[in-house]
Amino acid sequence: MALSYHDQVLTPWGRVHTGAVRIARPRSQSELPDLIGQAQTGGSLLGVGLHRSYGDSGLNLGGAAISSRGLDRFIAFDPDHGVLRAEAGVSLDEILRLVVPRGWFLPTTPGTRFVTLGGAIANDVHGKNHHRSGSFGRHVRRIGLVRSDRGTIEVSPERDPDLFRATLGGLGLTGFIAWAEFALAPIATSEVIEETIPFANLAEFFRLTEESEGQFEHVSSWVDCTAGGRSLGRGVMFRGNWAGSGPLHAHAPGVKLSVPFTPPLSLMNPLTVQILNASYGVLLSLRRGTVRTHYSNAFYPLDAIGGWNRLYGPKGFYQYQFMAPPQTQEGAMAQVLTEIAASGQGSFLSVLKSLGPLRSGGLISFEGPGVSLALDFPNRGAATLQLLDRLDRIVMQAGGKIYPAKDGRMSATAFQSGYPQWRQLEAQRDPLFSSSFWRRVTHER
Amino acid sequence: MSDNSWRGRGVLILGAASAIAEATARELATRGASLALIARDAGRLDAIAADLKVRGAPKVAVRGLDLLEAEPTDALLQEIADEVGGFDTVLIAHGLLGDQEQAEQDGAHAAALIDVNFTSAALWALALARFLERTHGPNGVVAAIGSVAGDRGRASNFVYGAAKGGLAVLMQGLAHRSALKGGPKAVVYKLGFVDTPMTADIPKGGPLWATPETVAKVIVKGLNGKSAIVYGPWFWRYVMLIIRLLPQPVIAKVNF
Repeated sequence: MALSYHDQVLTPWGRVHTGAVRIARPRSQSELPDLIGQAQTGGSLLGVGLHRSYGDSGLNLGGAAISSRGLDRFIAFDPDHGVLRAEAGVSLDEILRLVVPRGWFLPTTPGTRFVTLGGAIANDVHGKNHHRSGSFGRHVRRIGLVRSDRGTIEVSPERDPDLFRATLGGLGLTGFIAWAEFALAPIATSEVIEETIPFANLAEFFRLTEESEGQFEHVSSWVDCTAGGRSLGRGVMFRGNWAGSGPLHAHAPGVKLSVPFTPPLSLMNPLTVQILNASYGVLLSLRRGTVRTHYSNAFYPLDAIGGWNRLYGPKGFYQYQFMAPPQTQEGAMAQVLTEIAASGQGSFLSVLKSLGPLRSGGLISFEGPGVSLALDFPNRGAATLQLLDRLDRIVMQAGGKIYPAKDGRMSATAFQSGYPQWRQLEAQRDPLFSSSFWRRVTHER
Repeated sequence: MSDNSWRGRGVLILGAASAIAEATARELATRGASLALIARDAGRLDAIAADLKVRGAPKVAVRGLDLLEAEPTDALLQEIADEVGGFDTVLIAHGLLGDQEQAEQDGAHAAALIDVNFTSAALWALALARFLERTHGPNGVVAAIGSVAGDRGRASNFVYGAAKGGLAVLMQGLAHRSALKGGPKAVVYKLGFVDTPMTADIPKGGPLWATPETVAKVIVKGLNGKSAIVYGPWFWRYVMLIIRLLPQPVIAKVNF
C-alpha cells in the first residue's frame, strides 16, 4: 500500500505551540527511504513520536514529519544479559510491560512512560537516578539511522562514534532514528522502598541531597515555590531504592483517570496553585516516613491521570527546566525561586533534582553536574514570557542551561550560551532534518 | 501475571502484515501461541516475526504468498502446519478497502475488491475448514475479518460491503454446517472503523473509531467464544441493528 504524507495538526504536551504538518505514519522500516525521498522535494523533515516534548522541539511547522509510532516492534531481547533492541516507536510503557516480569527495568526513566524509545534517545532523557546512572544515552549501544544523504546506517561508539554521540540528545536532527539497542538494569522486584522527608529551605535541601545520594538510587524533591523568606525552597524529598525481593509485576496497562476535555480556563491559577502547594505539603508531611510501593507510583504518579496537561486550559502552559552547575547552584536556585515567588505566577509542579557527573557524550544533552529545577507555568501571555526571560538571565549568569525538550521560547542567545557545542551538532545534522525549535535557536531561515 | 492460555496452540494468519492482524498476533504471542504468518510481502513479515518471538511466541513461521494466486492445497497447508508444530486456528485477515467511486466507474477495481474480500477469502476459508475438520475436528477454529459495511448496502462503500457481506454469509454457513456435522468452529468479525493505514485518508476522531489493539482483544476473545458473528467493538451490533432497520425512504435522505 502506497503510504505517504497527509496534513495533521500536532499539539505538543505544553499545548501552547500547535500547527499543521505533513505527517507520514509508516508501519515498516522498509518504507523509510522512500518517505525521506518524498520529503526531499519540499522543505524539511523531523522524526516524531508520542508528542511529549513540551514546546516546539518535536514540531516542524511548515515542513514534514515521520511518526515512529507505527514502528513499534521489538527486534531482539536477551533476558540473560538485559539487552533490548527495538524499533524507535516502541514506548517505554510497552518496554516495561515486556521486561519487568523478567527482572529488568529501564536504565533510567523520565517521569512519564508515554514516550518512545526514539524520543528518549533524541532528548537523552534522565530520571531520579541521574546521580547513579546518568542519562538514557549512556546505556544506548547502537542506533539505526536513516539519513537523506547516507541512507540506512548503524552508528555506535565503535562505528561512526561522532554521529552516534551527536544522536544522543540530538533532538532527532541527525536523521530518522529507526531502531536502537540499549542495556537494561536488573531488578529483584517491581517494588520500591521510598522515604519521604520534608526540608525547611534550600540550604537543608542541599544538605539532605548530599547525605542521600550515597545511599539512595532514586532521589528527587518537590518544592513549594510559593514560599519565600526563610522558607524559600522548602519542600519534600523522595528518596528510594528498589526493594531486595518481592513480586515482579509490570504496571497495569492504560490510565486510571483521564481529563476528558479541556476546561475553558486554566485550573492552575495563583489561588489554586497556593492551595495545591499548601495542601500537597500538608498531605506529604502527614505521610512522612517510609512506604513500599510499586514503581508506577514511585516513578510515574502523573501517568495515572491521562491528559493532565489539559488542566492548564485552552492556552496551555510552559514548562521551564534548567540546571546550574555546582559552583553557582545554590545562588541560582535561590534567585529563581525568589523571582517566581515575587511574580505571583507560582508553579504547581516544581521538581528539584541534582544531576551527577556522568555524561552520555551527547553534544547538547541536558546533563550535570549540578542541580536541575523544573517548573510549570500556565500560559498567561506576555507576563509569563517576561518572567521566563528574567529566569533566563539568572540561568545564563550562573553558567547553566535550559532543557530543550521542555522549551518553546528561549532565545537563541540563551540556548547558545547553555550549549556551546551546538555547532558540532549542526555539523552532524542531516541536511534535510530540522525542527521549529532548531530554526528558532540557531536563527536558521 | 502472564496469561499462557494459548500455549501449545498454533494459529495461521492470512494477510498477517495488516495492522489488525499484527495486533491480533501480538495478543496471541503474549499468551504463548505459535504463529504461522502469510502475506504478500515476506520482507515485512520478518520484522513482525522477530517481534512476536520477543513477546513470547514459541515458534513463528513466515511465508510470502499472493493469496489471490496461490491455491490452498492440502499439501501447502500441511507444509505450513509442520513449520509451527501444527495449527488449530486460522484468521483470514487479508482485505482491500479500495475506493467506492472508482469501483463504480472501473470494473477492474470492482473486480479487485470482490476478488480479495470475497472470492479469495471464501476459497481459503472453505479449504481451511476442510483441512481443520480433518486435523482437529470440532476443536478447530476458522475466523475471518468481515465488516459492518456488509450489514446494509450504503452509497459510501457498497462494493466493499457486498464482498464482506458475502463473506459473512459464507462464514455463518460454515458455522451452521459445523454445528450439524462436527467441523471447526467458524467466526466472522464485523468490525467498525479502525484507525489503520488502510483508513489513513479518512478524517478520524470521535467515539466510533477503535484502535487495532482494541479490536485485537475482541478478536482473540471471539476465537474462544461461542458466537459465529462478533461485532468489534461490541456497540456496532446495536448501531448496525438500527441502520438495518431504517426504512428505505429514510436512508435515501442520508449520505453515508
